[in-house]
Amino acid sequence: MSIPTATGPAGQGTSRPGFAHPEPAAEAGPAGGLRAAIASGRFVVTAELGPPRDANADAITRKAGFLRGWVDAANVTDCQGAKVKLSSLAGSVLARAAGVEPVMQLTCRDRNRIGLQSDLLGAAALGIPNVLLLTGDHPRFGDHPEAKPVFDLDGVQLTWAARTLRDGTLMSGQRLEHPPTWLIGTVENPFAPPTSFRARRLAKKVAAGAEFVQTQYVFDVERFAAWMAEVCALGIPRHCAVIAGVGPIRSLRVLEMLTTGVPGIYVPDEVGRRLRGVPAGKVESEGISLCVETIQQVAGIPGVRGVHVMAFGFERGVPDILERAGVGPRASLASVPEGGGHAH
Amino acid sequence: MSDSAASGWPRPARPRLAARSAYALHALVAPRKPYRWLAARIERHALLRRWFTAGERVTKQQLFGCQMCGQCALPATGYACPMTCPKQLRNGPCGGVSPTGQCEVHPQLRCVWLIAVERAEQAGHSADLDLLQRPVDRRETGRSSWVNYWQGRDEDLWAAATENEPAPLLPRAPAGAPR
Repeated sequence: MSIPTATGPAGQGTSRPGFAHPEPAAEAGPAGGLRAAIASGRFVVTAELGPPRDANADAITRKAGFLRGWVDAANVTDCQGAKVKLSSLAGSVLARAAGVEPVMQLTCRDRNRIGLQSDLLGAAALGIPNVLLLTGDHPRFGDHPEAKPVFDLDGVQLTWAARTLRDGTLMSGQRLEHPPTWLIGTVENPFAPPTSFRARRLAKKVAAGAEFVQTQYVFDVERFAAWMAEVCALGIPRHCAVIAGVGPIRSLRVLEMLTTGVPGIYVPDEVGRRLRGVPAGKVESEGISLCVETIQQVAGIPGVRGVHVMAFGFERGVPDILERAGVGPRASLASVPEGGGHAH
Repeated sequence: MSDSAASGWPRPARPRLAARSAYALHALVAPRKPYRWLAARIERHALLRRWFTAGERVTKQQLFGCQMCGQCALPATGYACPMTCPKQLRNGPCGGVSPTGQCEVHPQLRCVWLIAVERAEQAGHSADLDLLQRPVDRRETGRSSWVNYWQGRDEDLWAAATENEPAPLLPRAPAGAPR
């Protein structure tokens, strides 16, 4: 399968007209955020920003404060792990207000095609510049396992639907007078079976309209490089920026959880041996070093356009990780004041 | 697969019909004039339709764990039913498949998409998996997909992404006459 030559209505690449709402001043993310970063060809940095399980807006403001100036954009997750959190749409608005360009995640788990399209339109109207579309975790793993799993669309279809909206129609075919303009992102897991199909599955999402993709945690760089070779052979990087997912394993407890408890995450034995091989007090720093090394390694793999740092609950450590990896602060927001962004 | 209703979520079903046989069988039931005529007749008569649909349900449930979505994807998925995936994904497996190939929702069962990929590859139909499967029309749930198929309603269930980009995700053609 080959990839179409244009990436959607953004076929004109990145020379899209401005967003429905102008960026609120310079604080809304460095130099145009993710779209501009991808277009410029420089190393892209995104991070995860998990909303709280309550109605505390400050929790987002605080986390955004750690990331501000260090990332091109931050993903605001959509009830990750199928656990109820403050909505990704509200979280995206809050992150933006706190000076971090949001990537609004949207999963197929909780909404049918009416709800999904509605939220996508709402995001555009509120000036959310990026959306990330994924299938989503099954409620089985969440805090409401008794919930109805919706999955009216799958991740590929939702990506396709977003492209359809941006092309100017609803899935029903009704015209949109003001179509959305966000950048369309998606996810892929290079490590889950069937390995023969993973790059092709991403190719389907790119054909459906994805312009950037963030991968599952990379702990096995060799396997990731092999997958990237397939991705490049399919021509994907010409149409879609591939951003490698990374994150620090900061304790043996987390290692254990990632190894056994989280679907789709693959931690090779070697990583386990390395973390278990250091004194208990050193596990955290070893895990962080490992993450730093991973960033440096994936940055050298052909086709990789950047990293996506997933450090749930450890947003404060992201700047340090990036700095040690040699990925400097973003653009003009180089100087983040000490403790800047602390709401409390 | 018979307990799929009882368990709440769909359960990955391992087909009881070899992929090669399924592809061969398909050739026999490919749409042609007599079938189109038959399908139209079946659709017009309530009782006939009920019995025919019941027959299809039993057969395909036994063979593939059919969930009666009414718009059969089997010919493009190695004759392993994607609707038996707990997330009912029609475009390939989710990212939660375990390293050993188990379904994340039913860890005792093999991911149906792994089965589909293996079967399609073995039968030389691997390229089918690259097709973009359109969203399911939920109005067809419980209806006969054979009747739909013979009347040409399944022709745009999927789109190739090989040359140009996929067309906008316009609705499938209206699902035909009142039923």
